[in-house]
Amino acid sequence: MADLTITNLRKSYGDVEILKGINLAIKDHEFVVFVGPSGCGKSTLLRSIAGLEEVTSGEIFLDGKEITELAPAKRDLAMVFQSYALYPHMTVRKNMSFALELAGDSKDVINTKVTEAARILELEPLLERKPKDLSGGQRQRVAIGRSIVRNPKVFLFDEPLSNLDAALRIQMRLELARLHHDLNATMIYVTHDQVEAMTLADKVVVLSQGQIEQVGSPMELYHHPVNQFVAGFLGMPKMSFLPGKVVGSDADGVDVELMAGPGVRVPVTSEGVSIGQKVTLGVRPEHIRVTAADESDFHGILDIAEHLGSDTFCYVKTDTKETLTVRTPGDFSGAYGDRIGLSLDLQHCHLFDEQGMAIAKLNRAPEPA
Amino acid sequence: MKTTPLHSGAKSVSDDSAESVSGIAKTNARISRYMVSPSVLLLLVWMVVPLSMTIYFSLIRYNLLYPDDNGFVGLENYEYFLTDEGFGAGMSNTLLLVGAVLLITIVLGVLISVLVNQRFWGQGVVRVLLISPFFIMPTVSALIWKNLLLHPVSGVFAAIWTFFGAQPVDWFSEYPMLAIIIIVSWAWLPFAILLLMTAMQSLDQEQQEAARLDGAGPWALFYHLTLPHLARPIAVVVMIETIFLLSIFAEIFTTTGGGPGYETTNLAFLIYSQALLQFDVGMASAGGLIAVVLANVAAFFLVRLVGKSLTDKN
Ligand SMILES: Nc1ncnc2c1ncn2[C@@H]1O[C@H](COP(=O)(O)OP(=O)(O)OP(=O)(O)O)[C@@H](O)[C@H]1O
Ligand SMILES: [Mg+2]
Repeated sequence: MADLTITNLRKSYGDVEILKGINLAIKDHEFVVFVGPSGCGKSTLLRSIAGLEEVTSGEIFLDGKEITELAPAKRDLAMVFQSYALYPHMTVRKNMSFALELAGDSKDVINTKVTEAARILELEPLLERKPKDLSGGQRQRVAIGRSIVRNPKVFLFDEPLSNLDAALRIQMRLELARLHHDLNATMIYVTHDQVEAMTLADKVVVLSQGQIEQVGSPMELYHHPVNQFVAGFLGMPKMSFLPGKVVGSDADGVDVELMAGPGVRVPVTSEGVSIGQKVTLGVRPEHIRVTAADESDFHGILDIAEHLGSDTFCYVKTDTKETLTVRTPGDFSGAYGDRIGLSLDLQHCHLFDEQGMAIAKLNRAPEPA
Repeated sequence: MKTTPLHSGAKSVSDDSAESVSGIAKTNARISRYMVSPSVLLLLVWMVVPLSMTIYFSLIRYNLLYPDDNGFVGLENYEYFLTDEGFGAGMSNTLLLVGAVLLITIVLGVLISVLVNQRFWGQGVVRVLLISPFFIMPTVSALIWKNLLLHPVSGVFAAIWTFFGAQPVDWFSEYPMLAIIIIVSWAWLPFAILLLMTAMQSLDQEQQEAARLDGAGPWALFYHLTLPHLARPIAVVVMIETIFLLSIFAEIFTTTGGGPGYETTNLAFLIYSQALLQFDVGMASAGGLIAVVLANVAAFFLVRLVGKSLTDKN
């Protein structure tokens, strides 16, 4: 069992409040990912959970037991650092057995555990090497091995893959997913990488300026962001935003007149929406289609097209100078300066009020099993 | 992005430029050799002239009291120096002094630099104070120790002893070698602290945190992370201090004058007393050369011993 509960956690450095009241419940076996812009307090939150930072107020419970004031080693957590933080003077074997030796385990027990961890992570041939003689990916695996041998209740990762090259990152990502499945452990993971967040997480926590913006499954966050910040933060490339004005509403949706031209009908609740209210339409690149100029009443000028092979991302300037990102097939052949038509998939568009809060959708996307 | 040359001409162009680049490098190397040659020559003369003169003096009879009697005596001077009753004492005193000071400065240096690395109020001032004894001339510090601190009548230590009702110690007659060791250690401790303190600052913070999560207490952190991290700077301190401690002179000269008897006479002081107290330049030269040989032997073993940890990367 490893339920982690955080209530009203605050952390200040001097006068600056970094964490502004975090409430979070993490269930056993869950893979939780913290994402957010740089400096929003992800590492601070993780380090507070680990006990490496003293919190200003609030409580942390592990399995119902308060651990807020407990020494790091007594919390039954293991952490993997971005810089790996391997002990440079010790062999891989010694690195992994260090915690066990300090805990006073017997030689046999230590040996069994280290061998087992080395087998899982395919580190057997490297056990007698020093960290300096390892590649980045191998170091990363040793760092993970060091936490596995302790059999902790919760694993904490602070951007563990950010020092690796792209190919290795994908490989390690898969290994982490496998590891989570095999160990059946609770994991908390901090990352900048959207793909890591979407693929690994059972639950994503979006942080901004020391506050939680939204907690939910990756799909929930993708389909139903609660506000404009979350909507803009998740998704690659980012969601585009078009300002507009409500011109009518009924039970089937809200009619919005966009500054950029056309009127659209968005299937969101009309509750609390008033005629004339300023709103923002959010639409993801994959929910816009490029059409011939005469097939649509919404037009734009093609700016840059980025060809990735499988897809082409087009940046389109509307008549009112907003930039839209559009995902088109890989064989898209528009040229710079072309005037094109745009067609929005309104079922998947989001509408935000003046405060940036999402207006609830009428049709919720089904949760994937 | 990868570019391929469209025709073979492109390749030869780049070859040419590579060649002229190495040509410039060669010219540069030649010029810089000319530029450094005067100082190299000067250093060479500086070394070779005194060395050959010393060798020459060590092979002749050369006593300032009998300036006219300058016959060639072969290795007689060496023989006398090595069989002189002061030589054995000088050797053991040199080793004792070097060993004891090394031990004290490194043990205290490590402890102090680890403590000072902790955050506390007034850290900057304390650091400067710790380093400052290094800037004091050996003669001055020895005199201060002799007259203000260790003096059996007017010294601070004597006052402390008296305060607790004890008989003040006359350091330079009762424990002369210990007194010298204390003075020299005091002068060299800042050097060790300086090097070790700087090294402490490059100690990886995340490693410490990882170890704390692994359950390491302060002692385990020190033993398993700090000490291995300091191995290299400690080796540097040992090497440099040994070189300077082998030739300690001023502290002995200003305090005990090598005495009582030969109790605080090290090799450097022995040579001095041969040359300028007994006016036997020939024998002093022989002693000097023997000291040079001994220092080289010591250096050789030191390099074998510590050099490995220096060249061994991390
Ligand atoms: N020791 C400290 N003293 C004062 N401020 C600090 C300290 N450590 C961190 N901060 C501040 O706390 C804020 C959050 O830092 P934190 O490291 O948690 O950000 P982060 O979300 O992990 O960012 P990144 O994604 O860049 O790693 C930052 O604004 C940082 O400047
Ligand atoms: Mg961080």
